[in-house]
Amino acid sequence: MATERHTLTALVDNEAGVLARVVGLFSGRGYNIESLTVAEVDPKARTSRITIVTSGPPAVIEQIEAQLRRVVPVHAVTNWTFASDGIEREMALVKVSRGALKAANEAAEKFGARVLDEGVFELTDAPAKISSFIETMRALGLTDVSRTGVAAISRDSE
Amino acid sequence: MKMDANLAERSATQEAVNLTGAQMVVRALKDQGVTHIFGYPGGAVLPIYDALFADNGITHVLVRHEQGATHAAEGYARSTGKPGVVLVTSGPGATNAVTGLTDALMDSIPLVVITGQVATHLIGTDAFQEADTVGITRACTKHNWLVKDVNELSRTLHEAFQIATQGRPGPVVVDIPKDVQFKTGGYYAPDQIRHRTFRPKTEPDQAAIARAVEMMAEAKRPVLYTGGGIINAGPKASLALRELASLTGFPVTSTLMGLGAFPASSPQWLGMLGMHGTYEANNAMHDCDLMVCLGARFDDRVTGRIDAFSPGSKKIHLDIDASQINKIVRVDLPIVADAGRAISEMAKLWKAKNLKAQSIREWWATIDGWRAKRCLAYQASDTLIKPQYAIDRLYALTRGRDVYITTEVGQHQMWAAQRFKFEEPNRWMTSGGLGTMGYGLPSAVGVQMAHPGSLVIDIAGEASVQMTMQEMSTAAQYDLPIKIFILNNQYMGMVRQWQELLHGGRYSHSYSEALPDFVKLAEAFGCLGLRADKPAELDDKIRQMIDSPKAVLFDCRVDPTENCFPMIPSGGAHNDMILSALSDAEVSDEGKMLV
Repeated sequence: MATERHTLTALVDNEAGVLARVVGLFSGRGYNIESLTVAEVDPKARTSRITIVTSGPPAVIEQIEAQLRRVVPVHAVTNWTFASDGIEREMALVKVSRGALKAANEAAEKFGARVLDEGVFELTDAPAKISSFIETMRALGLTDVSRTGVAAISRDSE
Repeated sequence: MKMDANLAERSATQEAVNLTGAQMVVRALKDQGVTHIFGYPGGAVLPIYDALFADNGITHVLVRHEQGATHAAEGYARSTGKPGVVLVTSGPGATNAVTGLTDALMDSIPLVVITGQVATHLIGTDAFQEADTVGITRACTKHNWLVKDVNELSRTLHEAFQIATQGRPGPVVVDIPKDVQFKTGGYYAPDQIRHRTFRPKTEPDQAAIARAVEMMAEAKRPVLYTGGGIINAGPKASLALRELASLTGFPVTSTLMGLGAFPASSPQWLGMLGMHGTYEANNAMHDCDLMVCLGARFDDRVTGRIDAFSPGSKKIHLDIDASQINKIVRVDLPIVADAGRAISEMAKLWKAKNLKAQSIREWWATIDGWRAKRCLAYQASDTLIKPQYAIDRLYALTRGRDVYITTEVGQHQMWAAQRFKFEEPNRWMTSGGLGTMGYGLPSAVGVQMAHPGSLVIDIAGEASVQMTMQEMSTAAQYDLPIKIFILNNQYMGMVRQWQELLHGGRYSHSYSEALPDFVKLAEAFGCLGLRADKPAELDDKIRQMIDSPKAVLFDCRVDPTENCFPMIPSGGAHNDMILSALSDAEVSDEGKMLV
């Protein structure tokens, strides 16, 4: 079966070890993690959202979702990949060499990236756009890059 | 003081009682209805042991190794339907419990394991007997906790019981630092505690039940494939299964873990399925047109080769754990619910709709043809005790008694599963998923604690039983008359069998060159030792074992070369079975090549 890339989010109780449980589930059962983002989203309810980009055949993705739902502090699991109301965003910090400054500034403007410092750019966009921005910068003289991994949410006002 | 919003709200209306952490542990166990715990003291649990000393309401069973405590608790849990409780110290106490935790996770046995931990200010300093217990046990528990605040302790303990016992049962660990055991805080009773998120689904979807009974009424070659989930769902689930089987007339087979849910004396019983299952059960699985999987999980020992698994059947899968659906085998109708609830609903709807099964007489005739192969037959002997004969005699001589059987892991376990006939659930304690050698003896300790007047027999192998032999000392201390019936073939029999069949008869390190004298060993423990070498003396010796008020080590010297058949070779399909030389079937060269 063909491998597919999926973005899953899990709303979890922000308790000690919850990230280790989720990560341990992936390593223990041999699932892939392409990126992982986690932060508390509701300090009062003490919940965090973990966003995981993973890949595998559809049957494996289905297992991953089912296994995640089994983790006791997991409230809900959502697969945003084919959800029409899902939005995915990622942020990247990109650094280029001094010699590439002029061309890099022009490219950054085209992509809508912010200039944070001389030769340091910030771009928040869909993951594919981020990749394309990084590839553009690589051709010009990329010296360093840092990506946050994907965060996902629903467009739905509910 | 950090508190859960939920708990803080409740504490405004419900007065908490002030107790030390150690007192809370004892109080929580009592409030949860715990009467027995299996444990071993050490530095980091001394305050809890002090609280136990002051309070005689709970029977503590002192084991000889923490692995023994976990298996004893498993035996206790499996034979009573109640959670098994373990108390061990930090570091090696906790790491020694890991095998039992993993065993309980694989076989869905509810255990609450309380571990001591070094004081909170010492955590992370490589302190004496410090281990990252929640880190180590995260992968082998259903859930675990490190409790750093005494005010969180009672909530955590009550949640631990909820999580261990509700939904698909499993083991949990509560790790309690020593300073938390000394500190005083508010104790809350179980009815004041409800977990924030944990709500297992137990009620079946009625539309799925309706579809299931329709499929059953249409089936021409049906089979009920039952598993440990029915045992876990309680005696009512076994009764519901019996009713459903009687209403439909369908043949019934079971996994290793499900034995006893359906009576082996029933004409509808096909015997166990899987790698060492019966010819009729495996062929029925392969050729059926409807497979109704009730509380089983398509384990690799059951399915054999997946791409050849029951190719022509529609499949219904009932499981309380949604993650088991479509994990190994794609099914046509999933039902996520408690097995007892769902099977009762099926039976109810079958009656309400006044459904009739298709004529399955032809199917039964086919099954009878398979039965005629007599796949469990073996070559009898006047001079050597055949292991099959030993089990048959043990079975015959224990009729009319209140018997519980535990096993170790290997050939003896499979012979016991094939030949000992169980009529009721909770009578058969064995390590299925993990295959833990050394499970049976401590498990028998736990079973006998729960059922003092019953006849508890560990059908053992001489290799397995040496792994936890020290627990004979526990049996002696508590006057537990457990019977350790060792089928001694001097080999790790299943390893030897695989080496014979798969590795050209090169018996690499599977022969025990130096075995203890089990009779003298029994005497050293203050128990009774018995030995039988000849078939003619077996019955008398078994009677002596049963009649002894003491724990018994029975050294039953059996034919060292006997193999356990039938067998689906690893990677084989259900209809690729190797039958014994005696049974009336040929094994094709292709079949042999698959080995």
